[in-house]
Amino acid sequence: MSLTLHFRILVRIMAGRKTGAEVMIDILLRNGVEICWGYPGGAILPFYDTLFHYADRIRHILVRHEQAAAHAAEGYAKATGKLGVAIATSGPGATNLVTGITDAKMDSVPILAITGQVPTSAIGSDAFQECDIYGISLPITKYNALLKNVDDVARITQEAITVAMSGRPGPALIDFPKDIQTATTEVLQPGPLKIHPRHWQKPAITGDLDRLIEALDRARSPMLYVGGGAITANAAEKVRLLAEKGSIPVATTLMGIGAFPGNHRLSLGMLGMHGTAYANKAVMECDLILALGARFDDRVALHAPSFAQQAVRAMVDIDLAEINKRVKVDIWVSGDLADVLSILVERIKAQNRTSWVERIQALKAKHPLRYFRGRGDIKPQLVIEKLWEKTRGQAIISTDVGQHQMWAAQYYPINEARQWLTSGGLGTMGFGFPAGLGAKLGRPEKEVVVITGDGSFQMNMQELATARMYDIPVKIILFNNGFLGMVRQWQELFYNQRFSHSDMDYNPDFVKICEGYDIPAMRIEHEREIDKGLDFLLKSEDAALLEVMIPQAEKVYPMIASGQRYETMTEVGEPLPGEEEYSTIPNREVEFIKI
Amino acid sequence: MKHVLSVLVNNHAGVLSHVSGLFTRRSYNIDSLSVGETQDPTKSIITLVISEDEEMVKQIEKQLYKLVDVLEIRDLTGEDSLKRELILLTVRFSPEKRAEILTLIDVFKATVVDMTEEEIMIELVANPRRISSFLQTFSKFHIVEMARTGTIALEFPTARKVRN
Ligand SMILES: Cc1ncc(C[n+]2csc(CCOP(=O)(O)OP(=O)(O)O)c2C)c(N)n1
Repeated sequence: MSLTLHFRILVRIMAGRKTGAEVMIDILLRNGVEICWGYPGGAILPFYDTLFHYADRIRHILVRHEQAAAHAAEGYAKATGKLGVAIATSGPGATNLVTGITDAKMDSVPILAITGQVPTSAIGSDAFQECDIYGISLPITKYNALLKNVDDVARITQEAITVAMSGRPGPALIDFPKDIQTATTEVLQPGPLKIHPRHWQKPAITGDLDRLIEALDRARSPMLYVGGGAITANAAEKVRLLAEKGSIPVATTLMGIGAFPGNHRLSLGMLGMHGTAYANKAVMECDLILALGARFDDRVALHAPSFAQQAVRAMVDIDLAEINKRVKVDIWVSGDLADVLSILVERIKAQNRTSWVERIQALKAKHPLRYFRGRGDIKPQLVIEKLWEKTRGQAIISTDVGQHQMWAAQYYPINEARQWLTSGGLGTMGFGFPAGLGAKLGRPEKEVVVITGDGSFQMNMQELATARMYDIPVKIILFNNGFLGMVRQWQELFYNQRFSHSDMDYNPDFVKICEGYDIPAMRIEHEREIDKGLDFLLKSEDAALLEVMIPQAEKVYPMIASGQRYETMTEVGEPLPGEEEYSTIPNREVEFIKI
Repeated sequence: MKHVLSVLVNNHAGVLSHVSGLFTRRSYNIDSLSVGETQDPTKSIITLVISEDEEMVKQIEKQLYKLVDVLEIRDLTGEDSLKRELILLTVRFSPEKRAEILTLIDVFKATVVDMTEEEIMIELVANPRRISSFLQTFSKFHIVEMARTGTIALEFPTARKVRN
């Protein structure tokens, strides 16, 4: 960098003026942003040039595909509760972010996407790499803006961050034309925000709190159904206090995993399509179900009218629009979940509910998670159970989408909020690995394990280069069944075994792929190798990958097919010749599994 | 039942697609949408006429409230507000129909805007019910062209007073 350049910047700053790019980065810093993920290109070059000058204050991680930048930002945000930032150039860079932004919208993850745009004078002329990312991102963001005036940069950046982080969080996008990045302004402060206070102030508690307390006290067999909202609201501790005071069993959604200790005696694990049989049976037997930051979605309330229809259905959610959206509830309260829970914990009666709690224990004993073993091949469930033991249930688990995701949800009980990262609402294959990278950078002290499949991993495996370049030691377990397993499962069950285009016959040699990226890797094929494989993986100082060959036909159970009633649940699959049933004891403390 | 929502929004490009996008994405049934500036040029009012039941309209309101540019929503369905639409209609007629047409125009208190020997252009500002009945009455003639606005609505000051 030449001296004259430095000098020019200095003169400008002394005159009290900064460029749009500088102003934006200043606002990011002021909001505590320390790290961002991105990929440069023509229309974002001035911004990248500014990042160069700010390198000591904000770290930039160069990904290998913009989709990964968005997922890494999500992983970081989910694991830390802080804002994730992803940067891309105009046109293809911006559209590559779209999947990640949509994912963040569906799962309420606070991320900020910054996209370069062609200069304002060229907008609308179909200029090189011009695309209407503002229009594209309207339905997938909480807040989006196209900057047209450099004087607005400070305010709009602050608005985007504030909206993304407030209430029910979500993604924001700022489209930043190249000329606005370089234009200078005296407006360095956001000033008063021009958005309505309801978008950033904590909402007042509305609905019928008294009736909810009364109903909870009166219920003989209540249960909590806890979703991702409890994690967003940092309310896990209060969920536990409520459950313990009232002796109320707790099931979580896929997104709610970690909002209640998976090993707690009152834990029912996950409910819904692939939930535990005892959670789903509890749904059918309870006399009150209280949803906390959960939205009665179609993977839980599969057949909405019959979902827990024998029970009083109640709900607490910060988003008024979720109330009565899919399932009509009998009682609702809207407000910040942590605040509402504080009141509930204080005001409900302490109860033992002995017979209900005993009934739950009996359900757990009689209907545990089950799978079959005995042929020497590797059952993924066992690998995950052993991973749990070896990591003492302490690792951050980041999953992709498919069967492996469900096995991880079932067999790795999570005890802490923000320890479980998954793509729930959108179900985005390719999420797990980059999200794991983001999480590891946000919480370097934690072991981060990515659980993926041969299909999903290939959607973002180019990020092996990012892991190598920045030495991000995430550990990858790749379950290779040579199939798009979840698709195969549906085809087997609902399409008469016509496996239309779901086999991955031409999978690469994943170990060799890793070798190419200089990432240690190992493949295991027999049950007896599991320990060796996991030890290799967990003891590696670097990022590492363990490829686990598993049988093609292994399925995820329990299962309730989409749209069906809970009564139709299939609890367990069929053993192959030579296999024996093997069941998992719920709520185990660290205990040994014999091979 | 038809509901009329009056939505106060920030007046900038993109708001309209944001609001109409919400309706397509969630497949809400919308009869008409009209938009115009208010006395404050930084704000517009979007008037929506929606054919959905009460529950759904509540849901729509809540979804609208989540949009950053939506400032205020008022339900102007009831009797406490004035609703107006404008219709412009050009009808072709044969000489023997001329008298009948002119009488009907009179009955509806519509206005003749322009006329040739065989065509007449009519304007009517009225509430949606009268507009519909006007249109139905004239549909037996040969309609050459027509254009019609959506509904706009404003609360009566007397009702405002009671509400405040
Ligand atoms: C981007 C994307 N495309 C398609 C799907 C549909 N889908 C859901 S699960 C699945 C199979 C996943 O295969 P794999 O990653 O190998 O995991 P497995 O189910 O075998 O564990 C597919 C194709 C999806 N969820 N995301």
